[in-house]
Amino acid sequence: MSKIVLEIKDLTLEFPIYGGAISAVNGVSLHVREGEVVGLVGESGSAKSVTAMMAMRLLPKDAFRIKSGTIEVLGRDAVAMSESAFKEMRGRDVTMIFQEPLTALNPTRKVGAQMISVIARHMKLDKRGARSHAVKLLTSMRINDAAEVLNRYPFELSGGMRQRILIGLAFACSPRLLIADEPTTALDVTVQMQVLQLLREKVRELNTAILFISHDLALVSQFCDRLYVMYAGSVVEAGPTLDVLADPRHPYTQALIRALPDSGVPGAPLRSIRGTVPTLTALPAGCAFRERCDYAFGDCTERPPLFPLEGQERFAACWQNIN
Amino acid sequence: MTATVGSNVILALSGVSVRFPAGADWLGRPTTHVHALNGIDIDVFAGETLGVVGESGCGKSTLAQVLLGLVRPTEGTIAGGSAGMQIVFQDPQSSLNSRMPVWRVITEPVFARSRRPVGELRRMAMELAAKVGLREEVLDRYPHEFSGGQRQRIAIARALASDPDVIVLDEPTSALDISVQAQILNLLQEMQRERHLTYVFVSHDMSVIRHMCSRLAVMYLGQIVEIGNTASILGSPRHPYTRLLQRSVPKLGEGKLNGKMESTELPSNRRLPGGCFFLDRCPHAVDLCRRPQALVDGVRCHRASVLTEMSSQ
Amino acid sequence: MMSEPQSAPMKKKTFVNGYLVYRLTRSPLTVIGSMMVVLVLVAVVLAPYFATYDPNVVDLRARLAAPSLMHFFGTDEVGRDIFSRVLYGGRQSIAVGVFVVLVAGSVGMVTGAISGLAGGRTDALIMRVMDIVLSVPSLVLIMALAAALGPSLINAALAIAIVRVPFYVRLVRGQALIVREMAYVKAAQIFRAKRLHILRWHILPNTLSPVIIQGSLDLGNTILLASALSFIGLGAQQPTAEWGAMVATGRNYILDQWWYSGFPGFAILFTATGFNFLGDGVRDILDPRQKAR
Repeated sequence: MSKIVLEIKDLTLEFPIYGGAISAVNGVSLHVREGEVVGLVGESGSAKSVTAMMAMRLLPKDAFRIKSGTIEVLGRDAVAMSESAFKEMRGRDVTMIFQEPLTALNPTRKVGAQMISVIARHMKLDKRGARSHAVKLLTSMRINDAAEVLNRYPFELSGGMRQRILIGLAFACSPRLLIADEPTTALDVTVQMQVLQLLREKVRELNTAILFISHDLALVSQFCDRLYVMYAGSVVEAGPTLDVLADPRHPYTQALIRALPDSGVPGAPLRSIRGTVPTLTALPAGCAFRERCDYAFGDCTERPPLFPLEGQERFAACWQNIN
Repeated sequence: MTATVGSNVILALSGVSVRFPAGADWLGRPTTHVHALNGIDIDVFAGETLGVVGESGCGKSTLAQVLLGLVRPTEGTIAGGSAGMQIVFQDPQSSLNSRMPVWRVITEPVFARSRRPVGELRRMAMELAAKVGLREEVLDRYPHEFSGGQRQRIAIARALASDPDVIVLDEPTSALDISVQAQILNLLQEMQRERHLTYVFVSHDMSVIRHMCSRLAVMYLGQIVEIGNTASILGSPRHPYTRLLQRSVPKLGEGKLNGKMESTELPSNRRLPGGCFFLDRCPHAVDLCRRPQALVDGVRCHRASVLTEMSSQ
Repeated sequence: MMSEPQSAPMKKKTFVNGYLVYRLTRSPLTVIGSMMVVLVLVAVVLAPYFATYDPNVVDLRARLAAPSLMHFFGTDEVGRDIFSRVLYGGRQSIAVGVFVVLVAGSVGMVTGAISGLAGGRTDALIMRVMDIVLSVPSLVLIMALAAALGPSLINAALAIAIVRVPFYVRLVRGQALIVREMAYVKAAQIFRAKRLHILRWHILPNTLSPVIIQGSLDLGNTILLASALSFIGLGAQQPTAEWGAMVATGRNYILDQWWYSGFPGFAILFTATGFNFLGDGVRDILDPRQKAR
């Protein structure tokens, strides 16, 4: 078994707000190994992005309170580490890319200047070395005229181009872990395909692990080796992607797949999930999905643990699976 | 595409092109133009749901604006009721004014044109809200207090307020979660049945298109490159661009993606290519492709039938 | 106390009170600013109750008396109690501040909204007029206007208001240009809304926040400006109590009777600072609230 690069154990997090607190993350456990592409899937309010931002220590310090649990990044305690020690790691060994490339780049500086300053800082190179490294990175991202692109401003480039630049930057120091938060949601379908192929290549080449956050089940099914499904701040199902999608064992995962247009008949109504996501300020006791579940029964008033199922690393947090 | 005798064509575009001036010299005269639409011929039939797909720069937003009367075509004609048309936008955040209470948001199409007493407007709002599945309490609240799905319901109620015949839907569910999307799509279908509406459904999501649209138009660089029955286009795409799109769309449970890396750079729409617009990205290009391609039998590619034969061998 | 701000039908009043208080308490400067402003407003509005003497009563036996329990802030050269004069004088200053902000704000807002929405030649014309006003140094322009209109507090207020209008026009025009592109305005255009409708329902309400913010910051500065004008003799005239005028007269006595200029001067400082702190806080509350949810 290859080494674990990210391990979150039983993390519970809350955001104090006016009038109480939002229990954002509720006993979440997940892990990512070297060279794996792991998907984190969920709808709004599932806390998938929050979990990722916690792992990168990108949440503002006063905004949250950790009630329990640990986060280990590359074997080190991410919460206890000092800010400067983590800063060393972040950007070099652990990087993140986001949905909107335009806001990640400074619109008033040329792309080359931004890339060079990042590369020079993390890899301790001088300007010339950084520039040639930048050109190499862009070329590996299938960007023709890399030198020309370095001279452009971000707004002059297309969304797909910008995202490829950011991915290139993310891989500048050959990180061990890349966290990608909906990196292709804002891109056209053909560009998305290209970006994902590039990511796959990098994974193979550098043995980088990817934690891929998305709400697109079809995308995740074609890109991720393993999958975690999140709902209202907890992991409800986990396992190899194709297993989870072919044979979902949690009612939420089942309902989600049924609600897809692909699962429906054109012209006939789709099967939606009744009710709405519970507000995180007042989660119901017991299973968070209870009120929307077609199979709820007596035991569901108690919060179900993640039951291990047959198959490798296969889990579902539903009392039905106790048999 | 000519309308067949006896059919009910509610909108017809003929040779529509739209150019926007771009760049200015020191006298303020435009230096180049952005060619958003390049010769669109399309008929929309009453009661259908026509899908429009394409990627950025294909002109689908401009097409929507032309249909709604927001933009005048530089060339070509539109026939049909732009009076009875409404729109539902993609972004539920910016499509509703958060400074107006929901009952005013919903009835704005009505009181924007004529003065009505408040009581009448509120009653109208209540009826429409109930139709789209919103509770009465929402009427006095403000849009920013609601989730994306609820805001889209408000937007749909607003679109229905002026009793339109045609509604243009511009990516109405792209910003929504899967479960909410299902509810909204169901609502749209129900409204269509109840009120005999015609939809023009712009989207980049193939699975939504397949579910909602009976006919489909594929756009590339301001032209329609393929048009016809949705199931047949998605099942056996004929135009090389449609094929590329189909290949790139992730499908559930189809195994890991692999495949050749295609070039994805769109040609500029400031200086249009001479012949087929897809020429430099097409793996099957031949000399004849340097001539402008006409839309024949629903596809804009003179090699379409040859390629279909090739791929079925 | 609310526990579920999202699901229960909220009474708008509770939301405003409770949440507002919560947000205010997160920023100490805002709290300090609010307290300062409240103090000034209470003292000034309730001047008749707090004043120990009639501000215009002359008492030559007690002229230029130092601050004491009899006269908290001392007396001026004709024996008028400075404490009472400061309280009543505050009414003038606050009134001027409010007048300028209301007049400049509303005229500027409407003009800016029309300019931004209309575009084209209307916009160009309005902006050129504003540019002309802005091209003259504001203090010079104010003085010229005040002198031309005749020295009095109301004319000083008018002069300041005229000079401040272009700032609001530019502010609102910028916002209007943004709002004009929003999807809800496009939607309104699709259902053939008249421009007046768009102006009244979409542009104006969405440009109100920056105006309020600018206005609350302007209040403090206007008080300063009005006092400055009075100081040079263009604003309030004797025997009206007005802070700037008092500082001016007190100049002659400043070496031995520091309290004459000192207390009114401090009143100006205190009030202007309080409004500035409050204005910053108002901006913090109004701006991020838009992005809520």
